[in-house]
Amino acid sequence: MNFKKQLYEGLLTKNPVTVQLLGMCSTMAITTSLFNGLGMGLAVTIILTCSNILISALRKVIPSQIRIAAYVTIIAGFVTIVDLAIQAFVPALSTSLGVFIPLIVVNCIILGRAEAFASKNGILASAVDGITQGIGYTLALTIVCVIRELLGSGTFGGGLLNGGEGIRIIPDPYPAMQLVMPVGGFLVLGCVIAGSQYMVKKLEMRNKKKEAAK
Amino acid sequence: MEAILGILISALLSENFILVKFYGICPFMGVSKKIDTALGMGMAVTFVMALASAACYGINMILVALDLEYMQTVVFILAIASIVQVVEMFLKKSVPALYKALGVYLPLITTNCAVLGVVLVNVQESYNFLLSVVNGAAGGLGFTVAIVLFASVRERVDKTDCPECFKGFPITLISAGLLALAFMGFSGLSIF
Repeated sequence: MNFKKQLYEGLLTKNPVTVQLLGMCSTMAITTSLFNGLGMGLAVTIILTCSNILISALRKVIPSQIRIAAYVTIIAGFVTIVDLAIQAFVPALSTSLGVFIPLIVVNCIILGRAEAFASKNGILASAVDGITQGIGYTLALTIVCVIRELLGSGTFGGGLLNGGEGIRIIPDPYPAMQLVMPVGGFLVLGCVIAGSQYMVKKLEMRNKKKEAAK
Repeated sequence: MEAILGILISALLSENFILVKFYGICPFMGVSKKIDTALGMGMAVTFVMALASAACYGINMILVALDLEYMQTVVFILAIASIVQVVEMFLKKSVPALYKALGVYLPLITTNCAVLGVVLVNVQESYNFLLSVVNGAAGGLGFTVAIVLFASVRERVDKTDCPECFKGFPITLISAGLLALAFMGFSGLSIF
């Protein structure tokens, strides 16, 4: 079981957001506070893991002509469960994420992993894939959230720390409001993806050098 | 009448589906490399969004009557998938020219979150039948405006000389950000 390798791929070299470029809508729309990012990441991780397990278990039963419809139905079922659970237990998250919780159904990460991984691999491997890809998604969301929140509203951990206000780092009149607005979503995500491309390229270079030294 | 005009203006400019609300980013990035294809995708999405808004208005009435509102997400996405399938088959049989122009993009629309998004918004705002359809069509038009504008920007961006690690997707995102900045200028716009 190469959990370590899958985790490394999910976090960095095959990160669903920064490398596979999936699930852009939610990554830009809701990343305005740490609370939103962690909540959304956790919700997607749970749904992704559950749907991966079920799809992998049913992969020999589902006829391949109608597989997409079957996958979407399975995913929509889990999304409804998580949506109702969030409404019941964390109503604050439900109001701040709004329509983007039901929209997880059409988040390409989940359908993408179902098609690319769960429909070809065993149950355990699919579960691990769901968890690692989910963590990678959460990590990318969290990074975008922290940057946008810090520069846009001048706080850290909004919705979570310091009674929901967040810890103020930049004094009040200075933060650049635009970064928590839609513009900031595009700009910050663009820079984060550029940073990750740079890092992945560096790592590849280092690996090549190591091999050459051998 | 005023309500209809208000929805049209806000969906096209001040609350643009892509650049302000972030619905449908995937096709926005994927299909915006050429103006013609962007226009085709926009038209297909507009058509499906209007149709889905109308159909889901009826479906939601049935769900409310049966006290099954919690099934909305599941039923709506299945309805959208079947609408896309029906539209595809209908166009193939009766308007082959249009089918040829839109063919490749039609299946992609099922997973476009603008379609599911507009249907869910219609239900949340409890729009009546007419307003739902107008909201769907206007949202689709807003999508078309944004994607066509961006396609014309992108044809130039792809040829620019920028730092290695910004090549490809990041620089595209950043130019989309500048377009969104321009659309922020409309944010104060409300006639009613």
